[in-house]
Amino acid sequence: MAVTALPTMGPRAKPSTSEIVKSGIRRRYAAERRFRLYGILAVLFGLTFLVILFANIIARGYTSFLQSSFRLEVFLDPAVIDPSGAREENTLLMADYGSLAAEALMKALKLDPKSRPDERAATGLLSQNADTEIRNYVLRNPSEIGKSVSLWVLAHANADSVMKNAFDRTVPEARRKVSDRQLALLDRAKAEGILQLRFNTGLFTYGASSQPETAGVGVALVGSFFMMMTVLLLAVPLGVMAAVYLQEFAGRNRLTDLIEVNINNLAAVPSIVFGILGLAIFINLFGLPRSASLVGGLVLALMTLPTVIIATRAAIGAVPPSIREAALGVGASKMQAVTHHVLPLAFPGILTGTIIGVAKALGETAPLLMIGMVAFVVEIPTTPLEPATALPVQIYMWATAAERGFVERTSGATIVLLVFLAVMNLIAVILRRRFERRW
Amino acid sequence: MDMAVQKSFTQDVTEAAAAKAVKIAARDVNVHYGDKHALKHVTVDVPDKGVMAFIGPSGCGKSTFLRCINRMNDTIPGCRVSGKIEIDKADIYDPSLDAVQLRARVGMVFQKPNPFPKSVFENVAYGPRIHGLANSKAELEQVVVTSLRRAGLFEEVKDRLADPGTGLSGGQQQRLCIARAIAVDPEVILMDEPCSALDPIATAKIEELMSELTERYTIVIVTHSMQQAARVSQRTAFFHLGNLVEEGPTEVIFNNPKEQRTQDYITGRFG
Repeated sequence: MAVTALPTMGPRAKPSTSEIVKSGIRRRYAAERRFRLYGILAVLFGLTFLVILFANIIARGYTSFLQSSFRLEVFLDPAVIDPSGAREENTLLMADYGSLAAEALMKALKLDPKSRPDERAATGLLSQNADTEIRNYVLRNPSEIGKSVSLWVLAHANADSVMKNAFDRTVPEARRKVSDRQLALLDRAKAEGILQLRFNTGLFTYGASSQPETAGVGVALVGSFFMMMTVLLLAVPLGVMAAVYLQEFAGRNRLTDLIEVNINNLAAVPSIVFGILGLAIFINLFGLPRSASLVGGLVLALMTLPTVIIATRAAIGAVPPSIREAALGVGASKMQAVTHHVLPLAFPGILTGTIIGVAKALGETAPLLMIGMVAFVVEIPTTPLEPATALPVQIYMWATAAERGFVERTSGATIVLLVFLAVMNLIAVILRRRFERRW
Repeated sequence: MDMAVQKSFTQDVTEAAAAKAVKIAARDVNVHYGDKHALKHVTVDVPDKGVMAFIGPSGCGKSTFLRCINRMNDTIPGCRVSGKIEIDKADIYDPSLDAVQLRARVGMVFQKPNPFPKSVFENVAYGPRIHGLANSKAELEQVVVTSLRRAGLFEEVKDRLADPGTGLSGGQQQRLCIARAIAVDPEVILMDEPCSALDPIATAKIEELMSELTERYTIVIVTHSMQQAARVSQRTAFFHLGNLVEEGPTEVIFNNPKEQRTQDYITGRFG
């Protein structure tokens, strides 16, 4: 209806269309402004919680990337390490390095080596792993025996929490884990620079440990890596092939409809169900080892498969039919049309779906609990068949430990996991941008 | 020619097209999309080396029929084709004849320019490459240049062969699609409203190109523009509601149609 052409026509009693529109226009714009405001509020609400979450985790976790160590001049006494001088590996392994560490610390703190209380106080500040560190150094450099070497030796977790000012000195001494004598020693060591906070490489190289200072995500990182590889190698080819077949080649009938419904249902199945499935099939039926990252990877691959199939089908479906027609029109076979044109064009979408699916799998905990990946694994696995844990499972295990060292490690491992996921999503975005083509 | 068709054109026995050999012969072709009877008992001959135009209102079945000629309808789920279509006396729906082989002989240009999102060169080289028509790189380049020349595009794109084909203008893209179709040296080129997305200047270029291509190829064009049919074609077929209403030399169809429906459509009374 031509509204603007008839402003003065018609009897005065009946308002013109433009007048009616004008009377309501303010209300319509107000409604629009309100709607936009709700949207902005929703976004701000979400962002606020995200910021609180990140701030909380980072504030708790950043200290786990630093660890206190003593700088010790250790005299590698041949009389203690290898009295016979044969340099046999067994002798070197069995030697009493703890006494060397204690001796070096006493010397560094200028304590009387004969004083028993002083010795007990000082050795309590060293990590229980200090002897292992010296032993590993000796095994790597046997020629250094008999010399005095400068080494960084881990401090005990309690000393570490004093260093990080997380220790309450007002508590009566009897109820403290660090005595007044030890506090005095620590303050002096800190002042003299013997005790320092250094970057915590152990967090990434150690496995499980009952001592917080020697507990790390090394095993979990390797386990997660193996699982990610298994997922990529299994779920991606299977998922893409299945999706291509269903989307491009399969006819439309009852059977394919049924398959499609089931794939969509599988994507919504709780992940712990996949864990039970993995336990029943891979471990009980096929006899694969428990706690192995291969089994974890298989379970996660099953879980990721529907996601990959759905994402791939969506990406293939988004390729305009004109491209298929163009290829078929010059005499390409159906497979050539798919492999030469449809798949390359769908590639960015497939990639994004896959990476998001794999990232989801990387953060999955529940199914791994079912197949025994909640294990105390000290040795870093070298094959996917050896016992391992995963990053989220490691977080879960540390979260149940009470020591302060584990609390900060819980947040530290969360930061590592979040960085991993963020990097993967970033890669997805970058690859998508790079491969995206217009038509 | 079919008896019914022949009878209605007895007075045009002297027409030029009748002298020409028949390239495509369709007999009683029916197409169903599911329950819908989209094309009803179509019988028509397309002469060799010339342009034949299919006209008619939207949904009349002209595109459907065109897509039967290179079996493009095979790809549509629920589409059934019955009847007989022969190219050079060979039934193209014969199970022994492969659709891929057929489409190498019958090229197609679509309504919307649809170059591959690849370089200009790759667009034209794709057909020869998958069919193995060129034995060496030099030979392939030769085929690409010749095809682009025949499509009247070479002078415009000779410095941009490596640029994406999708970056060309609409008219250039459509000529690129024509070059891509003729790169495999087909016998027949089907054009499904090739100019409907183009401006008048680009349209004129394509029409000019069509008349040049008739020296080598048989062209069947579906068009909504009756002026275009009148300009480029020697024979015209008028489709309505899935029926082939009338077919004959273009000037007869436009100036002296037998059927009232053709007359009404030509004069713009419906459609």
